[in-house]
Amino acid sequence: MIELQNVSKTFTLHNQGAAVIEVLSDVNLSVEAGECVALTGASGAGKSTLMRMIYGNYMAQSGTICVGGTDLVSVEPRDIIRVRREVLGYVSQFLRVVPRVPTLDVVAEPLRAVGVSDAEAKARASELLSQLNIPENLWSLSPTTFSGGEQQRVNIARGFAHPYPAMLLDEPTASLDATNRAVVLGLIKSAKERGAAIVGIFHDEAARAEVCDREIDVTTFATGQAA
Amino acid sequence: MSDHALLSVQGITKYYGQHIGCADVSFDLYPGEVMGIVGESGSGKSTLLNCMAGHLAPDGGAVVFDTRVDGPKDTITMSEPERRMLSRTDWAFVHQHARDGLRMGVSAGGNVGERLMAVGARHYGDIRGQAIDWLDRVEIDADRVDDRPTTFSGGMQQRLQIARNLVTGPRLVFMDEPTGGLDVSVQARLLDLLRGLVRDMGLSAIIVTHDLAVVRLLADRLMVMKSGHVVENGLTDQVLDDPQHPYTQLLVSSVLQV
Repeated sequence: MIELQNVSKTFTLHNQGAAVIEVLSDVNLSVEAGECVALTGASGAGKSTLMRMIYGNYMAQSGTICVGGTDLVSVEPRDIIRVRREVLGYVSQFLRVVPRVPTLDVVAEPLRAVGVSDAEAKARASELLSQLNIPENLWSLSPTTFSGGEQQRVNIARGFAHPYPAMLLDEPTASLDATNRAVVLGLIKSAKERGAAIVGIFHDEAARAEVCDREIDVTTFATGQAA
Repeated sequence: MSDHALLSVQGITKYYGQHIGCADVSFDLYPGEVMGIVGESGSGKSTLLNCMAGHLAPDGGAVVFDTRVDGPKDTITMSEPERRMLSRTDWAFVHQHARDGLRMGVSAGGNVGERLMAVGARHYGDIRGQAIDWLDRVEIDADRVDDRPTTFSGGMQQRLQIARNLVTGPRLVFMDEPTGGLDVSVQARLLDLLRGLVRDMGLSAIIVTHDLAVVRLLADRLMVMKSGHVVENGLTDQVLDDPQHPYTQLLVSSVLQV
């Protein structure tokens, strides 16, 4: 489902003396449907960089990154957008939304984008928000004013609304209490059961052990000091 | 999304005497796509927008639009009446200053209705009904329908301009700094409105702005211009988060973090 071949990444900082930072080279990685792979390595090893590359957010210098059969390195922006809408979900650590949009709409949006009716999308969004213990009286408010933990749960609800065949999870259990952590791990497990291929970064070792099938140490791809 | 480009811009070049306005700009825009054009003042982004929208005659290049009746057609070489018809029906242009896009002496309802009449609507009740419906969509109270835009706030004028432009169901909207000059809370409201309209109506849009936060929220793709040339283009979040060109890196790193 997710297949990386000979991928490399360097950053060239033109305005800081044209410093060239080589982050990753010769990355080969394959994640099958129903499998969850954890990226590990010390801070700065390039875990987030690699994840952002799989999302098409960072550009690869060489190689191919195929998600559901589309090579994100060589296609047009609109193809990447289509892959993100239909195939590849991403739960980032930070919630980025238009201010003023109600939480329920924020969570329902990925479903609306693939053509699910408003009522059905909102029903699924409500289900996820209650599962993640976001009080119902907050659903009509914008998540921009919520606490960090609440924002993260809104982000998770949004990420799991549409049953993506491939998912990227960046620290999905960070800053969650035990109850909500268990809910999130449950969501990850059921995503795997329905056949989602997952790549995740988990600093929470117990969580990693519970949901991941394999670990990949990003340090083995590192070529130097990374941002 | 269709595989047929809605708009194909080919080698658009405009000189102001010796000075370059924009040079050899080419890209394809597909149905449902929103493209942002950013760059500092004088980078040529507004020149390019005005060349594409038919407000300025370029010195070279073609702007091919996929018309409903005749298919792809170069709008630079088409006849003036044809181009006028296009700009009243399938095209819309949202100006930075609402007063440039509105008739300030005509009521709000009249401003919206005028565009409908231009495409042949004649039934007064229907026109008024549609005008009120559109005022509601852009969150202007129906009881302001007979008021002139001069009595509206800046944000309301901008929303009225959007209603006037979108009432005929265009397929392509050109926007020149649509949120410029509005205070932040009004901007957020306008952005939310635009996003909803783009999604629900399947609009394609080209947005010129210098506000990177606006393009991040609205645009699928981003084109960065400097001194009349396109220096970088690609997926919006990729260009903003992993800029490749020295100028884009400078632009992105110059934004103050709030």
